[in-house]
Amino acid sequence: MLNNELNRRHFIAAGMALAVLPAHAFAQTEATAKALVGNVVTDINRVIESGKSEKAMLRDFEKIFVQYADVPIMARYALGADARTASPSQLKQFTKAFQGYISRKYGRRFREFIGGEVNVRNARKIKAGYEVRTMVKLRGSSPFDVTFLVSDKSGREKFYNMFIEGVNLLLTERTEIGAMLDARKGNLNQLIKDLKKTG
Amino acid sequence: MGEAKIVSSRFRLKHLVVLSLMAVLSACATTPPEQASRSDVFDPYENTNRGIHKFNLGVDRFLFRPASKGYVKIVPDPMVTSFSTFAENISLPGQAVDYLLQGNPKQMGNALLRFVINMTVGGFGLSAPADELNLPPVDTDFGETLHVWGVGEGAYVELPFYGPSTQRDAIGVVVNLFSNPINFSPTRPADNLGVYAEIVRRMGDRGRFSDTVDSILYESADSYAQARLIYLQNRRFELARDDEDAYLDLYSDPYAETGTDPVRDPYLDPYEDPYAE
Repeated sequence: MLNNELNRRHFIAAGMALAVLPAHAFAQTEATAKALVGNVVTDINRVIESGKSEKAMLRDFEKIFVQYADVPIMARYALGADARTASPSQLKQFTKAFQGYISRKYGRRFREFIGGEVNVRNARKIKAGYEVRTMVKLRGSSPFDVTFLVSDKSGREKFYNMFIEGVNLLLTERTEIGAMLDARKGNLNQLIKDLKKTG
Repeated sequence: MGEAKIVSSRFRLKHLVVLSLMAVLSACATTPPEQASRSDVFDPYENTNRGIHKFNLGVDRFLFRPASKGYVKIVPDPMVTSFSTFAENISLPGQAVDYLLQGNPKQMGNALLRFVINMTVGGFGLSAPADELNLPPVDTDFGETLHVWGVGEGAYVELPFYGPSTQRDAIGVVVNLFSNPINFSPTRPADNLGVYAEIVRRMGDRGRFSDTVDSILYESADSYAQARLIYLQNRRFELARDDEDAYLDLYSDPYAETGTDPVRDPYLDPYEDPYAE
């Protein structure tokens, strides 16, 4: 009886621990933030060195982007004020189009990274998570600073912005998306359609 | 005697050019001094700038881009690197002067040491063995000197042939055309060598990174706005690099108290928490 009671209590305690454990295991620290960026770099390098066709590489980059980046929040941010008036289905379609657009646009640039080296340097706490600074050294040019902003606010640890020598990727894309919207007289559906073919 | 006279008359001409340019630029709009610490864009001459941008795009499309692509195609890669390195090396005495003016003797010494090593061991500056010494990087200009002196960045301007700049940095660009002591050396191989070397270096960059530059200039929905934003952010980052407070300030709320936009836009603060939306 006592034994049974204990067992049951253990069972409940264990169940609770299990429920609590993931939160603990995924608690974001400087080390996890740095590790995330390290993994992004490793995965990108693996694709670059795979020698696949550009099209196949771009598909792989999109997978990496979805895996490691908080795409919905990035898309929302890039869309700016228009995200507030968009319907949930428009937002969903925009996010999907944005994801492909970013992967193609920046994926094509990775060719210039062949033979490059990325050193993850340090991480420090910022409001939404961590800032992870890396130093990139390409052939025949001086090293430059690439900074990732990492957060676990989506429920999983992901990066949500990037700075290349101080140039904010999201802000730059927000300007670009804004200009594209202006050119389409604010027609979000048209933008979504065109974004699928851009980048 | 005669040489001294020539130098001094040349000096006077330069002063005249610089002073008149400063007068022109400072006669333009005055900006609040805290402008540089914000992520926003101060562009009161947007119409003129857009005109110049269009002109620059034409220059690039028909002259600079094809020349640069040809240059990196014909000239072997290591030579392109060597020429770019040479341009950087030859600019080092000028950078030393700027560090001196900024009250930074340590970096001045660093720049001069690099110059001496690269010009001798490095084979007339065609390579940069001083890079192996683990010295801090050297990268400054008169625009930065003005920044150190407390001059605000002023309005955004696009300069013909040169590209994006600000009022302050435009003055820097012109002063740096003349401020390199190499221009006054009695044995210099050619007048304005530094300027030609710099053009060759820019061609190397334009040719090597042609896809990236093309994507900004020709594939974006508004290449003027993209170039403006990229330039301003990168320049502010460069100038804030050695100053941790200023660096962090770039990420603090940049859009507070802006009189121009009635709606405070939370998206413009790069470190603002997008999850709060």
